Amino acid sequence: MLRMINSMTNATARPRLSPKARLRFDRRTGCYLLLYPERGLELNKTATEIARLCTGEWTVDDIVLHLARVYGDTSSGEIKRDVRNFLGALAGRGLLQGLS
Amino acid sequence: MNNEYRPYTLIAELTYRCPLRCPYCSNPLDYGRQGNEIDTDTWLRVFDEAEALGVVQLNLSGGEPLLRDDLELLIASASNLDLYTNLITSGIPLTFERLSRLKVLGLNNVQVSIQSTRPTGSDRIAGAPSFHRKLETMRWVRSLELPLTVNVVLHRDNIAEMEELIGLAERMSADRLELANVQYLGWALQNRTALLPTLEQIERARAIAASAKARLRGTMEVVFVTPDYYSVYPKSCMDGWGRRFIVVNPEGLALPCHLAHTLPGLRFDNVRHCHLSDIWHHSSGFNQFRGEGWLPDPCRACDRRTIDFGGCRCQAFHLTGNTGVTDPACSLAPDHGSIESARTRASHMAGKSVLFEYRTGRGFCSQ
Repeated sequence: MLRMINSMTNATARPRLSPKARLRFDRRTGCYLLLYPERGLELNKTATEIARLCTGEWTVDDIVLHLARVYGDTSSGEIKRDVRNFLGALAGRGLLQGLS
Repeated sequence: MNNEYRPYTLIAELTYRCPLRCPYCSNPLDYGRQGNEIDTDTWLRVFDEAEALGVVQLNLSGGEPLLRDDLELLIASASNLDLYTNLITSGIPLTFERLSRLKVLGLNNVQVSIQSTRPTGSDRIAGAPSFHRKLETMRWVRSLELPLTVNVVLHRDNIAEMEELIGLAERMSADRLELANVQYLGWALQNRTALLPTLEQIERARAIAASAKARLRGTMEVVFVTPDYYSVYPKSCMDGWGRRFIVVNPEGLALPCHLAHTLPGLRFDNVRHCHLSDIWHHSSGFNQFRGEGWLPDPCRACDRRTIDFGGCRCQAFHLTGNTGVTDPACSLAPDHGSIESARTRASHMAGKSVLFEYRTGRGFCSQ
């Protein structure tokens, strides 16, 4: 299983939110929530951006590049780490699919 | 609004009616004496008010929610409010066509409970033939590509089937498997001697669950809920009284948990007459066990007071007669002896068969 989760964070994988996960704007906090059965994650701005790009069309590399552009960070090392950590956390909860 | 007390989940108990008669049912013992169910319009207003209060998850529960013929309307309205809607059901009575319709209307997740992997064992617990129809319901859920939660209530008679239960959930491609030990309140407390597993059974089950959880990480979420009779500390019941959950019961009482109204001396309000926000913020019942002012010894000075909030109020009352004391499940509680003696009785009863007292509508609790 760990192997599968690692494969999801490969640069060329195309992560897609699984059908059980749903993004929802939370009026009370101004943040987005990622809801799934019995649980929810409160996302910060970057995590929301990443989750929005998990459509099955963007590769992990595309997502990193996109965020690097948005945040004007040319090195993108830190962004790459953040993206991989966040995708790994989602995959561990069964919230990503379509990546093998 | 203070997020310390924000409800994220509304548990809508649409009805106490149910075709099954499980001896650990979480409905009140006197459910058969309850008044009329609240009507469609009231539920629609409650959903609106709940969403405005911060609720994002809706559990449609019961009894058996499929027995409400306005379920379609309720799900469509929840979907308009962007609530994450979870149907908690036995799958009886249901057709593929109705489930397809519920999906189109915006249902997000279906939770089906099974009582055992063996048809006769399952039907014995449920008190009605139901096993094969539950499996069929699970297959329908998956064929409609709806997320599936399989829930199993664990007790002495089925806890030896852990591997088979996990295998069945895997074959059904469940997204989530809840292996939840019985909470010994209500009907389950009546049947505690017949239901409570031994320490050896619990430890074996815990180990099997831990290994399945690691093996299935990322594909199926495995949740094992220990019975607090075998825990060192009590559960943080409902994540704390009046903090994260609102239960609205079939007759419209708004509650911090599904049994709170069975506690003496507490006053709860009905959504027929009050706005949910008023109830949440101002009703005396909801405020009774909020904060730290009410905490008894030894909770008052305990580091865990912000983790488990003194444990379960219903358990405190049902085991000691006093709602305001530390949950006896806590090893530090003055009344922990009642838990220890129940454990001892369970170990003496190992291997012996005990008859269940099935859920019925007689309401014998108050006789």
